[in-house]
Amino acid sequence: MAEGQQHPLKIYLWIWLLLFIISFFSYMVDYMQVQGMLRWTLILIFMLVKAGLIIGIFMHMKWERLALKMAILGPPVAILVLIALMSMEGGYIEGSRLEHYGESTFVPEAVPHHE
Amino acid sequence: MSEAVLDSEAGSVPATSGVVEDWSRDKQVFGVPWGKAMMWIFLVSDTFIFSCFLVGYMSVRISTTDPWPIPSEVFALSFGGDPIPLVLIAIMTFILITSSGTMALAVNMGYRKDRKKTFWLMVSTAALGASFVGMQAFEWSKLIIDEGVRPWVNPMGATQFGSSFFMITGFHGLHVSAGVIYLLVIAFRVKNGFYERRGGNYEIVEITGLYWHFVDLVWVFIFAFFYLW
Repeated sequence: MAEGQQHPLKIYLWIWLLLFIISFFSYMVDYMQVQGMLRWTLILIFMLVKAGLIIGIFMHMKWERLALKMAILGPPVAILVLIALMSMEGGYIEGSRLEHYGESTFVPEAVPHHE
Repeated sequence: MSEAVLDSEAGSVPATSGVVEDWSRDKQVFGVPWGKAMMWIFLVSDTFIFSCFLVGYMSVRISTTDPWPIPSEVFALSFGGDPIPLVLIAIMTFILITSSGTMALAVNMGYRKDRKKTFWLMVSTAALGASFVGMQAFEWSKLIIDEGVRPWVNPMGATQFGSSFFMITGFHGLHVSAGVIYLLVIAFRVKNGFYERRGGNYEIVEITGLYWHFVDLVWVFIFAFFYLW
């Protein structure tokens, strides 16, 4: 790659279009009020596909050497451990709050709407 | 490793054995210019910053016993008729993706040494980024002035909603703003021939592009976890 990352324009235009379509679908998840497990699954799938296309094609990671791919994409995997730990911790804190303070007594105020 | 083995691999992307060779050949490992490697390493560190914010948001959202406001309703906007859920955020998402596309084309035109097109594509990218920040400012003022949300108070539900919202979108908006300035600086240098005097190397456009695509990438995660979840 002495000449840098040169690829046909067609690839970028296709990925651009794909990103638009996937974003439209992920907006539709909300617009159509898809709920529950299906909502979370769709959100995650669309998110990961979009991230993959941006990193792989727009950021050219697909064409880089494996040494660079591993050095850049490897370390963030550790975040999964943090996510696992903090979700357990979060659940524990919620449990002890419910145990000691009881259910929330929060009453939402009417949201003022300015015309 | 003998020279012959290394030469035979020049230009191709080697697999696992290639990684060992890359690290043990006693020269540049990644086969990219140093500026690009450093931008990638900076982006990894930035990934950890945004991850910490998003994981923090996850923790407070799990642990609060107060109701979490429904983003779909909070960020709905009415254009005369019924409020359309999340519409401003959807527009912002499309604007950022459009800007990623123009940036990708700018990188391509840079390598073709088409300075005029590179300049205009980078300026359009910056303009789209600036309009994104403008919409974010509108969104913030709507939330602060009309709905009374603060980092420490939230009339619609859990207080933590305000804290994580301002922190996460604020830090992202700061990145977009910095990106707009960065893009404009490089765009004008491309235009006035700064890089022609330095051997006509337009690798810098790709490096700027990496930063810009990363900003878009972070938005993909914020959109999924904060606005849609």
